[in-house]
This record gives sequence, structure tokens and C-alpha cells, in this order.
Amino acid sequence: MHMADALLSPAVGTAFWAGAIGTIGFASRKLKARLDDRKIPLMGVAGAFIFASQMINFTIPGTGSSGHLGGGLILTILLGPHAAFLVMASVLTVQALFFADGGLLALGCNIWNLGVYPCFVAWPLIYKPLAGDGRDRRRILPASVASAVAGLQMGAFSVVLQTLLSGKIALPFGTFLLVMQPIHLAIGAVEGFVTAGVIHYVRAVRPEMLDSVASTRPLAAGISLRNVLAGFIALAVVTGGALTWFASTHPDGLEWSIERISGKGGLPGQEHGIAAAAKRLQEKIAFLPDYGFKPPEGKSRGTEEAPAWPNIDAGTSASGLIGGLLVLAMALGIGWAIRAFRGKRST
Amino acid sequence: MSHHLLEFNDVRFRYPDGTEALRGVSFRITHGESVGIVGANGAGKSTLLLHMNGYLLPTAGFVTVGEVPLRKETRPEIRRKVGVVFQNPDDQLFMPTVFDDVAFGPLNLGMPPDRVRERVREALYRVNALTLADKPPHRLSGGQKSAVAIATVIAMEPDILVMDEPAASLDPKSRRAVIGLLNTFAHSKIVASHDLDLILDVCARCLVIRDGAIVADGPSARILSDATLLAENNLELPLTLQGRPAMGGNAPMSAPRS
Amino acid sequence: MTFEASFSGIGRLDRLSYRDTAVHRLDPRAKVVATMLYVVAVISFPKYEVLSLLPFFLFPVLMAALGDIPAGFIARKVVAVSPFAVFVGMFNPLFDPGTVAIAPGVSVSAGWVSFASILVKFALTISAALLLIATTSFPGICRAFRRLGMPALFVSQLLFLYRYLFVLMEETMRVVRARDLRSFGRRGTGVRVFVRIVATLFLRTVERAERIYGAMLARGFRGEVPSMRREALGPSDAVFVLAAASFFALCRLVPVPETIGRLVRGFTG
Repeated sequence: MHMADALLSPAVGTAFWAGAIGTIGFASRKLKARLDDRKIPLMGVAGAFIFASQMINFTIPGTGSSGHLGGGLILTILLGPHAAFLVMASVLTVQALFFADGGLLALGCNIWNLGVYPCFVAWPLIYKPLAGDGRDRRRILPASVASAVAGLQMGAFSVVLQTLLSGKIALPFGTFLLVMQPIHLAIGAVEGFVTAGVIHYVRAVRPEMLDSVASTRPLAAGISLRNVLAGFIALAVVTGGALTWFASTHPDGLEWSIERISGKGGLPGQEHGIAAAAKRLQEKIAFLPDYGFKPPEGKSRGTEEAPAWPNIDAGTSASGLIGGLLVLAMALGIGWAIRAFRGKRST
Repeated sequence: MSHHLLEFNDVRFRYPDGTEALRGVSFRITHGESVGIVGANGAGKSTLLLHMNGYLLPTAGFVTVGEVPLRKETRPEIRRKVGVVFQNPDDQLFMPTVFDDVAFGPLNLGMPPDRVRERVREALYRVNALTLADKPPHRLSGGQKSAVAIATVIAMEPDILVMDEPAASLDPKSRRAVIGLLNTFAHSKIVASHDLDLILDVCARCLVIRDGAIVADGPSARILSDATLLAENNLELPLTLQGRPAMGGNAPMSAPRS
Repeated sequence: MTFEASFSGIGRLDRLSYRDTAVHRLDPRAKVVATMLYVVAVISFPKYEVLSLLPFFLFPVLMAALGDIPAGFIARKVVAVSPFAVFVGMFNPLFDPGTVAIAPGVSVSAGWVSFASILVKFALTISAALLLIATTSFPGICRAFRRLGMPALFVSQLLFLYRYLFVLMEETMRVVRARDLRSFGRRGTGVRVFVRIVATLFLRTVERAERIYGAMLARGFRGEVPSMRREALGPSDAVFVLAAASFFALCRLVPVPETIGRLVRGFTG
């Protein structure tokens, strides 16, 4: 459920990038203040471990389909939330580059969806209270399943929200949600089982690994973690609210800001510089109505623009089509020419 | 040159789980000596090496490097004097490029960037790996990794070079190259290995360790030709001393070494 | 994708990134910044825009050609990548029944247009990301992140992750191979075996981290991973970023295909 660049609007993408970078900075500072050096290589290698184990697929019982490990929860239980978050952020960065999972702008959303929820929400609010100090073996399984499911549900919900706020798809909110949440219920349950299995195994072989995390936590982060959470929830509400407003009133962030900068209702007759560019932009907007956020109910703000449809100048479209194909051919031709030239030079 | 001196005096070490890994080890290695350490698996070789740069501190007894006694506070100083090359080069080479890896030690010593660059070049030149500087370690061959691992340590210009299985899992040609390399060092050298031919080629002196204590200490040529002593320690005569014809097709299968 | 296929894909990208071409020699910061600008420019196009996106193909095409990166390899990776965007976009034609005229007398459903827009944006942004890593070594990108203000701890994390990625993937691949060789049909690929494998790998990982830590201490590590400044931004980097940024701005603000199309039609008719 990696979020993808193509589904994002710049406003949503950059907002979540900012959120992700802020959290990375916060987690780094927290960790630096009380980091045992030993953890520095451990975190890096643990990231490589998650990356490698995500590549192993296994059969989900009863379904025959294959699943794989997310890793956020397991890392938090083993390394603590701040270290785990940084490791998840690193894993997702490497995936964004080497697998192009989602893309570069969507990386912010992905770090948020797959890092923040398991490490800073599901673990402290669900896993910890349910698992207690971890000494009772029987509590680990329900705690892992519950927190993995919750973390993934939050992540999936977040994906739906980010997609809809960006307004590039027509899928209604309710339908999208009904597709995403049940799928992630199953994925979450499997993740919980795997996490519990690994924790049991580690407990049997290297019990001190778990104790070190469990014991340092309450002292160092008991209070601050709550503050952090409050901060996160506040931030989520504020950004969510702001983005919803932004997306629904101003369908496209860049155009909105250009309109504002250039002063849409500004001096008449000013036909150069940015105003001219904006005017051309507006012509294009007229050519492409209802480009923005489309409320799921269908009674969209697009209705006021709907009359624009029949007025499309087919001639303009034809020019666009011809030009577009030409441009594409040119781009590919340039690439081909460079390659041919290189080939000739190297032989 | 007393700063090249390494002395263990009745060193004992017990792991937290109660295993007594060293039971009163004493020896003294002087300037320029090359010493091999051999023994069965679990005899205490690795524990012994980990004391040489203070990764472990003795439970009882003393370790002295040069004039400095090993204590918690003197560890940084000791680590500057004793360079340890660990067995698996993948663990030794932890930075993203060869250059960064060789520069890691000198930068930690607080050297200015120009000096560091010079050190890195020198160290890579000595192990014949100058052209690898910009490569990531995962693109190196086994032999190249071993050479670079040695460079990372000699870039810190230690007085004493300690190596754990420097040629393990190398192909014969790379192994030969490492042996040649080790013989170019004038440092005091300490090499722990199951590869007795390598010890014979590189080290003039040899210690045999069993159950956490030294059971033999003397010239390699003598110790490594003592078939009874070696057999008692799960070791066997170096191939060069086995006296079988090099191409003998029907030589008996040798006992497993480990 | 099987484990081995993805492993070799990553390995190939990584090898490409150490080539020596004009594009590879550019400062990593310049390429990171240009690629980000590119992605933002591409996705800032409205929902129903397809044609104006086409000039943006020039950037990945140029990067691939000048960086000597096999285009087919990148294209295959783009197609193979997570189908999430495609899956979600597929619903557009179903839920957006409006029509739009694309040529005199020819009109298509608006949903198909917005779906096409998503696909084009997807191809553009994903290929840009892949080309960034194919023309810039991962350590180079990390150094760029550091100099662009990412926390040192996070960046050293990324570098460790990269360093041990290949080591651990190889280790994992050996285990997976052993599993697959002995699990005739399905039985061995279940969750139970998976948990075992993951747990064992994790413990080995911890042990490896301990050995690495020992090696770091032996070379004077005191809590800070040192790094050396190696690149300086040169004139070619500035030219690259400026040229890229102005090209993106031009293509974003001027409907290039339409303009060219008008010109062509002006000539012919």
C-alpha cells in the first residue's frame, strides 16, 4: 500500500514530506540525547534485515495468496519507537529509490503511513498496555495482532485520505475505504502473527534484547511520549483540516497560488511577466474544467463548470494532440540520437 | 622501543554466563615480533584477541601495551596502538565506500582532512588497492575485501597489528597475496589462525592455547612440527611439513581441521 | 517478483550508479534537487491534463541517454513497480462518466482522460526516481541529503542500511533457496517457516551488529560517524539545475504541445 506520486497533489505531498522530515528530526534528536552507541550499527543492520525479509514471501494460511512483513511494529518492540521510526524511514527511502515504490514525493506520505502509526501510535497506545512488561508470554500474541491491525488500519485510512485530498481519482471515498480497510485487516492480522512469533523466538534465545528496550522506556520516554502523541494528534487534525479546506476550495495548489500571486482580479491589460503566464494558464483551465477535488457524492463543485464542456474548441484539442505526439517523438528521438552517437564514438 | 611491547600477565576472563574463557594467560611480545596463535575452536583465541584492544577487559590480571596498562579509561589510547583486523571483512568494512572506510579510523583520531587523504592513499597503496577507493565494499572480491580490511587498520598506523583469520575463505591466490602482504609489515604482528601453513610463513613464534591457557610457546618451526602437540589441540601438521608428495593421488583423507 | 529477481534488479541499478558519465559526475545535490522539482512540476498538473505532460518525457530520456542507462531496463522496472496507482486510477473511467473532445468529432470519457493522466504521471515520476538512483550512487544521495539538512543520525542510518543491504540479501537468499529446495509445493512456504527464518535472520543480524560495533570501536569510534566533505558544487551543477528548473517551468506554464501543434498546422494548412 505504498502511496504513489501519480496520485498526489503537490500540496498533500509536500505537507506530508514536511511531517515526515519533522518527525525524522524529532526522532533523531530524541535518540541522540540518550543513545547507546551500540545501537547505531544495530539500527542500520536491522533496516537491511527488514528490507531483506520483506522480499521473502510466504503463503497466508487458508488463502493461498502471499504476504510479506511490514516491520514497523517488530522494530518498535525490539528497538524502541524513535530508533524504529528512523529505521522504517530509512527502509522506505531505500525502497523509494531502488524499487521506486511510490516515488520521491510520495515518500513523505509513506514514511508517515508506515512509520508514524506503528511506532508512535500503535505501539505505545495498544501494544504496551496489552503486552505489559512482556513477561507474560500469552499476552504477546493478542497485543501484536491488535496493534499491527490498528497500525495498518490507520495507515490504510491515511492512504485513502491522502489520495482523496489530492483529488486525482474519481473513486468515491466510501467505496475506496471499503476496499482498503478489509484488505489491510488481513494483512495486519498476518503481520501481528509473524511479529509475535519472532518476539517469542527472540525471547527464548536472547531475552536480554527485549529487556533492554522494555526497561529503558518508562524512565526516558514515559512522559514525553504522551506529549509527543498529543502533538501528533493535534498536528494530524490541523493538517487534515487545513488540507481538506485547501483541497476543496482550491483544487490545484499551484494554480491557486499563482492566481493569488498574479492577482486574478488585478490590473486589467497587464499582459506580460507572470500575469501573462497566469492568463495563459487560465485559458488552459477553461479548456480543462473540473480538474480538481471531486467530492464523492457526485454533486460536485464541478457542476458550475460543467457548462464549459460543450464549449471545448476541438481545434485547440487537435493542435494539442498533434503537438503532444510530436514532442514525445522528439524526446525519444533525442535520446535515440545520443545513444547512436555514443555507440559510434565508442566503437 | 618499549611502546611496541605487549604483555599479558596472568589474565583471566569469565563471560557473564559463567564460562571461564581465559584461565591465567601470560606472555610477552616485543618489538617487531610476529607471533601466531593457534588452538582448537573454543580454546579462547578470540577472547584473547578481544583483550588486546580492550574490547573485553580482564576479570583478573593485567594487560600492558607499551607502558600503558589496559583499563577502561586507557582504552582509546590502547586502540591507537593496537590495530585489530577482525575475521569477517564484511563486519570490518562497515562504511559505504572503501575510501570512507579507510578514512574512518584516521578521522576518529581527529586528523585534518588533508592528512586523512594522504593516510588513506598510503594505506591503500600498501595493500595494492588504490584503484578500489571509490568502490562500495559489496562490489569487492573476497581477496580485495581482506586487503582493504587490513588497510583500514594500517591507516591508523598502529604499533601492533592483530589479525583474526586474515585469509579465511580466500581462494589460494588471494591467500598467497595476503601472506605476501603480511610479510611486508615491520610491525609487531599477532595472527590467530587455523591455517598453520600461513602461520609458518608469516610468524617466527607460535603460541598454542587450550582451554583458556597457553600450553606451548616457542619458534613456529618447532611447535608446528610437533605432531603430538598439534593432535592434542585438534590441529594437524602444516601441509608443507606433512612430507607427502605434492601430486600424490592416493594420500589419505586428512582429518577435519576444526 | 521472486526474491532473486528483485535482488538482481537492485544489484543492477546499484552497479549502474557507479558508472562514470557526465550525468554521474554531477553533484548529487544538483540531481536530487532537480528530480524533486521535476516530480512536483509533473504532479502539479491538473487531473485531466495529458498532452502538456508529454514534454516532460525529455528529462528522463536525456538522463538515461547521457547517463548511458539502458532505457529498456528502466522501462521494465517502471512497469513492474507497485500497481497501486494503476489499481486506484482504474476506477476513474467507471466513476467519471463525463466526456471530453480530443479532436474534431472524437470524444472520450473524462474518466479515461484522468486515468491516462495518472498513468503518464506515474511513468514520469517513477522513471525519474529510478534514474536518480541509476545515475547517482546511493552514498552520494545520502551525502546530498546530509548537506540539504537531514539529521546526521538518520543519514548514517541510511548508509549502514545500504552497506548491509547486499550482505543480508545474499544471506537471506541462501536461506530462501534452502527453504524452496526442500519445500515441495506449498508446505514449506507457510507462515510458520517464515517466522522461523525471520527470527533466525534477526538474531544473526544482532550478532553481526555486535561484531561491527566491535570493529568500529577498534578504530576509535566514539559515537559519531565521521564524514569528509568531498564534493563542491561546480558551474556545471549550477547550469544543470538552472536549465532543468527553467525547462520544467516552461513546460508547466506554456502548453508546449499545443503551441507546436498550432505551428505545424499553421504550416500545413
